[in-house]
Amino acid sequence: MPEARVIPLRPDDDETRLPPPPSLGWEQQVADVLEFLRRRLTGEYDTDEFGFDPDLTDHVLLPLLRPLFARWFRVETQGAEHVPATGGALVVANHSGTLPVDSLMATVALHDHHPAQRRLRLLGADLVFDMPFVGALSRKLGATLACTEDVERLLTEGELVGVFPEGFKGIGKPFRDRYTLQRFGRGGFVSAALRTGTPIVPCAIVGAEEIYPMIGNARTAARLLGLPYFPITPTFPLLGPLGLLPLPSKWLIAFGEPIETASYGPDAAEDPMLVFNLTDQVRETIQHSLYQLLLQRRSVFT
Amino acid sequence: MPPRVVLVTGVSRWLGGALAAELATDPAIHRVIGVDTVPPSPALLRRLGRTEFVRADIRNPMIGKVVTTASVDTVVHMNISATPAGAGGRAPMKELNVIGSMQLLAACQRAPSVRRFVLKSTSAVYGASPRDPAVFTEAMQARRVPSGGFAKDSQDIEGYVRSFGRRRPDVDLAVLRFTNFIGPRIDSLLAGFFRMPVVPTALGYDARVQLLHEDDALAVLVRATTGHFAGTVNVGGEGTLLLSQAIRRLGRVQVPLPTSTLGSVGRLTRRFGFVDYSPEQMRFLNFGRVVDTTVLRTEFGYAPRYTTVEALADYARTVPPVVSPALVAGITERVENAVRRAGDVVEAVGQRLHPPAPAPGLRAVRDA
Repeated sequence: MPEARVIPLRPDDDETRLPPPPSLGWEQQVADVLEFLRRRLTGEYDTDEFGFDPDLTDHVLLPLLRPLFARWFRVETQGAEHVPATGGALVVANHSGTLPVDSLMATVALHDHHPAQRRLRLLGADLVFDMPFVGALSRKLGATLACTEDVERLLTEGELVGVFPEGFKGIGKPFRDRYTLQRFGRGGFVSAALRTGTPIVPCAIVGAEEIYPMIGNARTAARLLGLPYFPITPTFPLLGPLGLLPLPSKWLIAFGEPIETASYGPDAAEDPMLVFNLTDQVRETIQHSLYQLLLQRRSVFT
Repeated sequence: MPPRVVLVTGVSRWLGGALAAELATDPAIHRVIGVDTVPPSPALLRRLGRTEFVRADIRNPMIGKVVTTASVDTVVHMNISATPAGAGGRAPMKELNVIGSMQLLAACQRAPSVRRFVLKSTSAVYGASPRDPAVFTEAMQARRVPSGGFAKDSQDIEGYVRSFGRRRPDVDLAVLRFTNFIGPRIDSLLAGFFRMPVVPTALGYDARVQLLHEDDALAVLVRATTGHFAGTVNVGGEGTLLLSQAIRRLGRVQVPLPTSTLGSVGRLTRRFGFVDYSPEQMRFLNFGRVVDTTVLRTEFGYAPRYTTVEALADYARTVPPVVSPALVAGITERVENAVRRAGDVVEAVGQRLHPPAPAPGLRAVRDA
């Protein structure tokens, strides 16, 4: 007996159905992980002259940071469209939070919430690269030493460079000074942008101030350890390693309109008055948008 | 005008011998004189061709007589030792490097025939520290002046060569700052390091490494000797690798050890004739060093044939891997297949427990 066959009454019915969304099957995920491990074991991945390892960043470092970004701090990104999709640009942001978590969150924001998935190449103090593990890992994440040579090389190569001109003055300031910008270094970042003719994108980060509220600074301990400050927060060092857990503050990261520098010409970097003025302009823009973001935020934790 | 009489110091080492052999094949060059403290190996001697070998110590004023009597017009100074192991200790190494170079320069200054001086220097003059920019150009200087060892010697030698240039402005100086050499034949510091099956490195650090293939090194030396370039140039392959990455690519096993224990490991490996972990070498292995090679490609006019990755791959042909890529690929494939099989089983069980939704055609029947 021939098998019963179902004859569709409307043959085009099947075609109008949408195919299932192309979600990665778990088999594919396992295969990807194994392929990643194979690459890591045989060294078949690319790194650049700054030590940036995109393979490790995409498959390990960014996935580790994403839960912190999305769940813990619930970061909201605003104005990502102000960051150019191609070519060099200098993202200048305020710095806070005792540990440079804000730089990592800005990296995730620009990679995940920018249409061009831009990679933020961070600039760090020499102390970062002096430390074992931290220094090597920072380079693999795409960071390099904050010096004129490296900034200009990255910008001319068309990279997006992230700089925190306040440096240790910003990140290590006491909690009572939260959201007041400190001195912006010596304006080296402006000179670098002028020399390479790349735009400056001001960036304001709200939320990082509250992750480790620094209520004291143990200067003697800092001097002994060779650190610029030794933070005392309500939980550290009181609760030991548990004190390293950041408080789950609500974060807002806003990118402002880019300030173009190309029209000044590369020689303008030799004009200190212009450099000072531009530095002040960037600083005031960031301070202004910090106040605006603070008004938007209902409370520290929501 | 090509050189007529070329003097090459350090001719018994691989690179010096290869350069002398290459120059000897050029009919435009009348004489090639090779100088070294030790005679070349028989195999090298055969390759040297019409090169005249002079066994002389450049620390000895006799070198001056060789330069003047042969009326040498081009001097290639390559007799700079990078490790204390090769020279028989740090004190003889420094004497050979610094005093030897001074003697040679003194002899050249007295010889009116000398028109060109080529120095095989090193990118180690830039030092290696966390305070350095990622990429060095020729105009940059070490942020942290090397305190001793090869880098300090090389800096001193470059200084003496520059002052020689001031005293003899008619002599063209070419200072070649080479990155680390690698290749199947050359005996370099890093080649010895990578030859160990288990490579101890500093825990928590990973250096950026830029390599130069031996063939490119030779080509650059020949061009510097016979060409017209005057000045300082960085010589390195394009691209970089991380130290850990290079070790993995060679199928070596990396053993990260705390920095404090590496000193004793170094003493042990040195005793067995491997590599030494001098403090300077350690700094390089921790932070690495990359140079900008724009001047090499534009002004000097040479583009290295091998990139860093290709040079390492060429060297890898000569060292059998401990962990072969085929083995790793085989294991990952087997794991993947096992996982897939397990997945199929789980899926089959799942299908039996929760039968799939009725086929779409039935809905059409119902609708009708």
